[in-house]
Amino acid sequence: MAVSVDEAVSTRPARDRTPLARRFGGRGRSVLEVALLTVLAVVMLFPVLWMIETSIKENRDVYAIPAKFFDFQVTLDHFKDVFVASGGGRSTLSAAFLNSVVVAGASTALATVLGVPAAWAYSRFAVKAKKDQLFFILSTRFMPPVVVVIPIFLMYRQVGLIDTKLGLILIYAAFNVPFTIWMMKGFVDEVPAEYEDAAMLDGYTRLQAFWRFTLPLLLPGIAATAVFALIFSWNEFVFAIFLTSSDSVRTAPPAIAGLIGGTTVDWGLVAAASVVFALPVLVFAYLVRKHLVAGVTLGAVRR
Amino acid sequence: MAGIEVTALHKRYPDGTVAVDHVDLSIRDGELFVMLGPSGCGKTTTLRAIAGLERQTTGDIRIGDTLVNDLPPAERDIAMVFQFYALYPHLRTRDNLAFPLRAEGLPKAEVRERVDEAARLMRLGPLLDRRPRRLSGGEQQRVALARALVRRPRAFLMDEPLTNLDAELRADMRTEIKHLQGELGTTMVYVTHDQVEAMSLGHRIAILNKGRVEQIGTPLEVYDRPASLFCAAFIGSPPMNLIEVEVADGKLRSKDGLVFTPPPGLPRDRRLVAGVRPEALEVTEPGAERSVPARLVSAEWLGDEIIYVVDHGGRHDVRVRMPPTVRFAADAPVGLRHIGGTPAVYDVSTEELVA
Repeated sequence: MAVSVDEAVSTRPARDRTPLARRFGGRGRSVLEVALLTVLAVVMLFPVLWMIETSIKENRDVYAIPAKFFDFQVTLDHFKDVFVASGGGRSTLSAAFLNSVVVAGASTALATVLGVPAAWAYSRFAVKAKKDQLFFILSTRFMPPVVVVIPIFLMYRQVGLIDTKLGLILIYAAFNVPFTIWMMKGFVDEVPAEYEDAAMLDGYTRLQAFWRFTLPLLLPGIAATAVFALIFSWNEFVFAIFLTSSDSVRTAPPAIAGLIGGTTVDWGLVAAASVVFALPVLVFAYLVRKHLVAGVTLGAVRR
Repeated sequence: MAGIEVTALHKRYPDGTVAVDHVDLSIRDGELFVMLGPSGCGKTTTLRAIAGLERQTTGDIRIGDTLVNDLPPAERDIAMVFQFYALYPHLRTRDNLAFPLRAEGLPKAEVRERVDEAARLMRLGPLLDRRPRRLSGGEQQRVALARALVRRPRAFLMDEPLTNLDAELRADMRTEIKHLQGELGTTMVYVTHDQVEAMSLGHRIAILNKGRVEQIGTPLEVYDRPASLFCAAFIGSPPMNLIEVEVADGKLRSKDGLVFTPPPGLPRDRRLVAGVRPEALEVTEPGAERSVPARLVSAEWLGDEIIYVVDHGGRHDVRVRMPPTVRFAADAPVGLRHIGGTPAVYDVSTEELVA
């Protein structure tokens, strides 16, 4: 889980405006480092490039041996297949994407609504055993989530949450709340409590002071935190595949995985679906890239 | 306007730390009252309790005739200025000033009038249309003061308002605050850890330490007769010299031969320490009348004065304030003598003033 978060950050490092030569301390070193970085970048990016290429290749080019890198027929048929069923009408994949949007969106909203006020409270108030409580909250993220799949499955079966979007929303929110609290607490700590004190002296209640003064200042932090939560919920695979079975509930990750298997694999469709699946995350990460870095380096410097 | 009565104020946090330990303060109407102490002494907590931002564990707070224990901050009719100014970052100066008035629901015309008045008082005219981000620290603090003024509150509470300004600006603002308070005649409670600020501003000063009041008095009283060893060490720069003394032949004598006139009513059977200000000592040529032999350890040349550190054979070196014209070479043998009146005398075991 946390791994997906880290990846989202490390693939887009902060842009450094220092001249290249100076940053690497001398031209000779810089050439070597650039070469190494290029190799690394190619290794890292090749699967992505290949996925994009495959998604726009004709089927015969996809299976061509030797593989065609450049001279292939470009087609958007695979993308059409992602959204439109072969017989016309909506495809199951498109339904899965819609489910993903609903589940990721709702669970993120829920985690934010619960986590931000909690973070505010932990930041502002003298709570008994505050450190222990925060550690307990964080400790729920220590284990890999897959550990609790079976217990969750059994519990969900008892209460009828198996194969429901609500079930997925709740479990994703449960994993995102601790993360939201911890990340948002950093942001709240950065906003001087004096704003709220001043507002309270000016005639507002504590909650109004939070709502009208602190919250607007927290919006960038909330956006960054929500994107992390969104990326987690969007990418989540294990719970999705264990807790859902019907096409009307299944989210995109298990749906795309479901394309592989059977006797023939339509790699063009798999690649196209993956591209469509990856796009929202890339767009979001791009939009809040500054805050992503800010969120990660938060608290490193005392104001 | 109103005085503020704090009775047996006690604040204990959930983790058990006692921030304020049964503090009694009686702040008069129209007084500029300074609470002074090192960080963690409880001065800010006391102020926040008066403001209503912090609920005391026990004890009463009265503003004027009103018992305000259970009133929210907004209903206490006070204004507070914070160390970090706390100007609303998304509002221009004008709206920052108008904000508390609009919150009160005053008619527009009056809001405008009061904002203009406060802006005139604090000379904010050219800054009215800027946002806090585009103001310097000093300007922000002036806006914060103006925002407190527009309310026309019964009392001002100032929480280290000058700490974040540079030295020169701090001196200017200090004068400005003192002048303003005198002009408006509003009760002001001013918290600081800076003794110079406290001495220059306060009508009276309360020195706090570890949640308790060590001394309350005018700046002169506090300077001349610190009520405890803590106050003696805290007020004055360089601080008071604390010299161990004994009563003998109707005089106070230190082990190395310094002689002081004893204050009346001195107990005989206790270990005593005399508090001697650096200006109540004098460095002389060796062998001068009434002087004891000593040696210069170092000299700090401050321009308008010289602080000599002198080893006179006592347990601690003493500091002596001399005019810049009197110069001795470092490490030179000199004389040391007392030129002031009766020193303050403290009991070593209770650390309190005995006479």
